[in-house]
Amino acid sequence: MKPLVSAVRVGKSFGSVKALEDVTLDVMPTEVVCVIGPSGSGKTTFLRCINQLERIDAGAIWLDGELTGYRIVGDALHPLSEAEIAKQRRITGMVFQRFNLFPHMTALQNVTEGPIQVLKKPPQEARASAMALLERVGLSHKANVYPAELSGGQQQRVAIARSLAMQPKLMLFDEPTSALDAELVGEVLGVMRDLAQTGMTMIVVTHELGFAREVSDRVVFMDEGRVIEIDAPERLMKEPREARTRNFLKAVLSRS
Amino acid sequence: MEEVDVARLRHLRPRHYGRMTAVVVTLLLLALLVDAFARGKIDWSTTGEYLFWPTILQGLVNTIWVSIACMAIGIIIGVLCAVARGSPNPVLRSAALFYAWFFRGTPVILQLLIWFNLALVFPRIGIPGLFDFRTVDVITPAVATLLGLGLNEGAYVSEIVRAGLISVDRGQYEASKSIGMSYWLSLRRIILPQAMRVVVPPLGNEFIALLKITSLASIIGFSDILRNAQDIYYTNAKVIELLMVAAFWYLVVVSVLSVFQAMLENRFGRGFASSATR
Repeated sequence: MKPLVSAVRVGKSFGSVKALEDVTLDVMPTEVVCVIGPSGSGKTTFLRCINQLERIDAGAIWLDGELTGYRIVGDALHPLSEAEIAKQRRITGMVFQRFNLFPHMTALQNVTEGPIQVLKKPPQEARASAMALLERVGLSHKANVYPAELSGGQQQRVAIARSLAMQPKLMLFDEPTSALDAELVGEVLGVMRDLAQTGMTMIVVTHELGFAREVSDRVVFMDEGRVIEIDAPERLMKEPREARTRNFLKAVLSRS
Repeated sequence: MEEVDVARLRHLRPRHYGRMTAVVVTLLLLALLVDAFARGKIDWSTTGEYLFWPTILQGLVNTIWVSIACMAIGIIIGVLCAVARGSPNPVLRSAALFYAWFFRGTPVILQLLIWFNLALVFPRIGIPGLFDFRTVDVITPAVATLLGLGLNEGAYVSEIVRAGLISVDRGQYEASKSIGMSYWLSLRRIILPQAMRVVVPPLGNEFIALLKITSLASIIGFSDILRNAQDIYYTNAKVIELLMVAAFWYLVVVSVLSVFQAMLENRFGRGFASSATR
């Protein structure tokens, strides 16, 4: 089986700051991978590089067998046009830490916007499948409500439905519960758990170690822009091989 | 503490003596004003007579269509310039900056005169082999007004739109990209509609100002309502009466615009207004 995501020796710098260095990771179809690590470790940057919100400046990322962001001509990498990049982005869906719902649209309009405007689906059909998605995240009764009237947890669930409406092959979650009040974290993790069970391939940047342990197939520990350790969740959390992983886990677990 | 029957106590309302004095003075001044104009040498019946005079109405129509056309030109140029100002390309950024600098930095009346006298610089305009005209035939007072006020308006609108674009959260660009939208599609569907919430109030203000500024075009011979009112009082000497006619129509149009602006603000406040009132 071919990997859905194949990142090879990826590097990214912001000015003189190296955000990512030599990151290599394969993610197989239906696999759920959680990325953990201290803040500033490059987890979020890595996620943003996968769907090209950031342009990488070393290495390469293949998505579903296709090189992202560049075309190989001879031994040079030619950057793709904005339109081509926009097309490649459709393979992935992204859920943001701060939801980023469109505030001037209702929950339903948020979900139908991509299918109607980008995929050119007939509005009737788009609305029907959007309602099914809202049903799936438990919010069909909030279809005609604006985001400002929803709780954080509800907004994030609408955001998940909005991403799913584009029928992505890969879902990226960027700390999806970090901006939520403690009592709302569960409902979002529940939706993500259901999604994982349907066989969706997912990369989740998270601080929820319990979720990582329970749902993910593998856990990646990153620090200072590098992948330090990749392992099955049980092993990585019970018997980490690297000192840095141990220190991080100790710090996180002692807090709770 | 002495014995008080709380149930029997009455709560008196505070008295605003300063405010009451101000009300009395205001009413007095208003009465004096009305009295002065009633007894002053204004022939109100003449004002009434000219209110619907054909040349006055023709001037009103000219004022309105030129305002709308100039605003349309201004909005198109303004949006393009605002987008250019946010471009990563330094040439586009500087060009937009220079445009705003030039047109905001010189008086409108001067710009109108330059456009109207363009024939002095370029006697003929055209593309060799395609078309060729005498500039004086092309640049009529109306065309000079459209160019002058439209381009000037674009400079101001670009600043307003730029502020609107900046007010939209960066996450909105990223979210629209993440559902596969191109830059222009996300601008049209996601960013501009949200920017409009911030843009509409100053833009309405700008339109009202523009409507009145069109009266400046009378100096290059454009027949707006003020110009036509003047033409009439040059012959019959009813100066104030005809200025009152023009004032009346300006007030009518501005009132209609204000209603229209309130409707637009409601429209673009969707998703924001509802949360604020709750």
